[in-house]
Amino acid sequence: MIELTVNGEARSHAGDPAMPLLWYLRDSLGLTGAKYGCGVGLCGACTVHLEGDAVRACLVSVADAAGKSVVTVEGLDPAGDHPVQQAWRNLNVPQCGFCQTGQIMQAAALVARNPAASDEEITEAMSGNICRCGCYQRIHAAVRQVVGGA
Amino acid sequence: MLGYLKQEFAGREGPATPQATGAESPVVASLEKIDRRRFLQLTGAAGVFAVALRVLPAEAMEPYPTGAAGMPNGTVADPHVFVAIAEDGTVTIVAHRSEMGTGSRTSLPMVVADELEADWARVRVVQAPGDEPRYGNQDTDGSRSLRHFVQPMRQCGAALRAMLEAAAAAEWGVDPGRVRAVDHEVVLLGDTSRRLGYGALAAAAMAQPVPPFDSLRFKPESEFRYIGKGEIAIVDLRDITTGTASFGADPRLPGMKVAVVARPPVVGGTVKSYDASETLKLPGVERVVEIAGSTPPAKFAPLGGIAVVADNTWTALQGRNRLRIEWDDGPNGGYDSTAFEAAMRETARKPGKAIRTQGDPEAAFAAAERVVSAEYYQPHMIHAPMEPPVAIASVTADRAEVWAPVQSPYGTRQDVAELLGLPIEAVTVNVTLLGGGFGRKSKCDYVQEAALVSKAVGAPVKLQWTREDEIRHGFYHTTSVERIEAAIDGAGKVSGWRHRSVAPSILSTFAPDSGYQFPIEHGMGFVDMPFDIPNVACENGQAMAHTRIGWFRAVSNLPRAFAVQSFVGELAYALGRDPKEMLLELIGPARVIDPAAAGMPEDFWNYGEPYESFPIDTGRLRGVVELAAEKAGWGKALPEREGLGIAAHRSFVSYIASVVHVKVGEDGTISVPEVTTAVDCGFCINPERVASQMEGAAVMGMTLALHSAVTYARGRVEQSNFYDYEMARMDRYPGKVGVHIVEHPFSVHASGVGEPGLPPFAPALANAIFAATGKRLRDLPFGERIA
Repeated sequence: MIELTVNGEARSHAGDPAMPLLWYLRDSLGLTGAKYGCGVGLCGACTVHLEGDAVRACLVSVADAAGKSVVTVEGLDPAGDHPVQQAWRNLNVPQCGFCQTGQIMQAAALVARNPAASDEEITEAMSGNICRCGCYQRIHAAVRQVVGGA
Repeated sequence: MLGYLKQEFAGREGPATPQATGAESPVVASLEKIDRRRFLQLTGAAGVFAVALRVLPAEAMEPYPTGAAGMPNGTVADPHVFVAIAEDGTVTIVAHRSEMGTGSRTSLPMVVADELEADWARVRVVQAPGDEPRYGNQDTDGSRSLRHFVQPMRQCGAALRAMLEAAAAAEWGVDPGRVRAVDHEVVLLGDTSRRLGYGALAAAAMAQPVPPFDSLRFKPESEFRYIGKGEIAIVDLRDITTGTASFGADPRLPGMKVAVVARPPVVGGTVKSYDASETLKLPGVERVVEIAGSTPPAKFAPLGGIAVVADNTWTALQGRNRLRIEWDDGPNGGYDSTAFEAAMRETARKPGKAIRTQGDPEAAFAAAERVVSAEYYQPHMIHAPMEPPVAIASVTADRAEVWAPVQSPYGTRQDVAELLGLPIEAVTVNVTLLGGGFGRKSKCDYVQEAALVSKAVGAPVKLQWTREDEIRHGFYHTTSVERIEAAIDGAGKVSGWRHRSVAPSILSTFAPDSGYQFPIEHGMGFVDMPFDIPNVACENGQAMAHTRIGWFRAVSNLPRAFAVQSFVGELAYALGRDPKEMLLELIGPARVIDPAAAGMPEDFWNYGEPYESFPIDTGRLRGVVELAAEKAGWGKALPEREGLGIAAHRSFVSYIASVVHVKVGEDGTISVPEVTTAVDCGFCINPERVASQMEGAAVMGMTLALHSAVTYARGRVEQSNFYDYEMARMDRYPGKVGVHIVEHPFSVHASGVGEPGLPPFAPALANAIFAATGKRLRDLPFGERIA
């Protein structure tokens, strides 16, 4: 039995320890904010926080998360009003919206670690997250808004 | 048949650049018009969209015909179908088109709300299930949602406003002319104490007869609250940002299983034999189900294979890995895209089937002082929406219910009913949000798979495609060689034009393959070539399909715009002309083209639109060229290894021009600091979403131009995931996309937006690279760096 914390709640998993966190969150816990996009860590749609770091939930097994704290977009802010979420709304960032929870979790980890991230640092941090609709201009602008750049 | 196939075959002189009030603003779109302009600025700091505008003159709404009349189930404008008003005044508006990122789920209800004089803050949007007899056509493709439904939605809102006014007048016992609906209530003119909210009037209003179109009073454009403003956030914005928005994989049904399918690696392949014993030993695996396959033409039938059904996704994937399957590759097992490219080039060098002939092209070439020719290649591509295909189905003996991200909910419902042998009334298709579509989700093979597996296991099933499945088992954008030759006369004018297009046809997915393209494909940037050249030949050479060919955002416009607009750059170089001036000279004077006089075929396909409503207007094409060039600072001095390239293309009856600014590093690395796009989409209903579509088109254009190639060896797709089918990322995206929208009144008909931004990008980039380096790139994709 694996014990872990998800969005502040104690959780346990009795199944395959190798199950990626993504499928545990989605299928076992019904937390569907993290999305499946590639399954191999190339797109970032499943990004969650593990001990505060942005990780790809498709690459982290439940066993890897044992005893640790996982935060998904559902737990990012109790009211759903994290500054990154607000900035996303200010700029009407999404098109289809599918990748945006991963983008937001990536951005939230960045601004927590580096509250004065430069344009280049934003680009570097966000380049692991693909948006096929092509919202990068607004994503960059939204992160910049949070770090005080505009 | 769906989408494109459903239809029968049947200037701006602008003022100076508007100055954005906040120079820091990262996202700027502008609206342009001859004697007035407004600009929209998305001011991040304030968190609102600020719009400065000068008021448009009042103008009656004149109805005009659109191609909607030729679409299955046409249009519906009945307020009883689209709107419900609750006692508390909440207005619920139905969105009947699928939302895949273009914003139609926001923009069409917004049109209803505006004509209804409803307060957008009190509007709720609900998604329609697949039911075209009730809602009208729901095929969300062809850039048609706003183009076909802005009129019915205005009518719907105006009719219900009149019904609310009639109900209030009856309540007060006054002439309906003495009351007026304003901002979610009806007031008695001249007596401000008499007012009734929409909630209080709802029951009586809905009991009123629906007034006919001719009796309706439409709002003058000056009174629009939302239409044309770009101030409305998309309706799903909060849900998307909090993770509660429901996409295809997100609904949960009691007892739901998860299935993945091992499909034949070659289209038309079959299962020769299989061994699932190791799969079935895995705890959590419940069943394996064989799915019957298909060989094109099979429309959207499943490819077949072995489905593994488990109690969760991970186990289903593990189980699939353990299958031992021997495949029979079938007739396409020899498909090799390199050899196929060579064969298409051979075909393009010989005369093809004449599709358009204007003047005497043979004589023009015979008399030419010189001939310029070039050949352009585009490989197959796949859509790669961030959400791979996925569907949930719950099938019982006499009913089926589906939850799925589909662009064609009613077509899906028809296909599922036919597949299961159920009457259509016994099938429900619920539409989730689509995590991107780009044409892939018009083809419901994945829903059919879910329905078959659910029926076989007697439980609700979520059928999930992996990214590898999506890249290897899709419906592919065709591959093509476009060869263009120009005859240059003694005066240095282009006197003849010969364009040979060779590409497998989408029709091969629906009907026995002739190897020739059909009018819908001819109409996309080929026979509709708008240049002022007296002698024109458009020929189509034969190319048989060896995979499933389907439509991809902008479809045949992609290779045609790449070829034609690159070739304009080549002509400019050959004749020593400025590329923009060359383009304008070829377009010629502002005029409406007469398709018959231009030698276009009798079955010329104008995106399904009546030509009189949406003619080819070269003045508007010139207009976007001039606007994009002006905004980009065409002609400005640039450092070494930087350059500007321009391209303009009419598609989906809209006119778009892009100027790409490229930097080519010493190591050949291609980067694009800025793109300037000018859009003429007729009356612009939601400029903010139009801007977002153009911003996104530049990114997808960058991906297409630099990276996108699906290749085949031994009939198998060679790519599998984002490491070998790459996407532009934030470190390689057009750094700034400036969007400039030509402003028109409603009488200039709203036209397509979702697709037409894409075709001009690749040729503009190729032209920019030529300007920067002198290297002409004719084969897509270019790669991250040039040699």
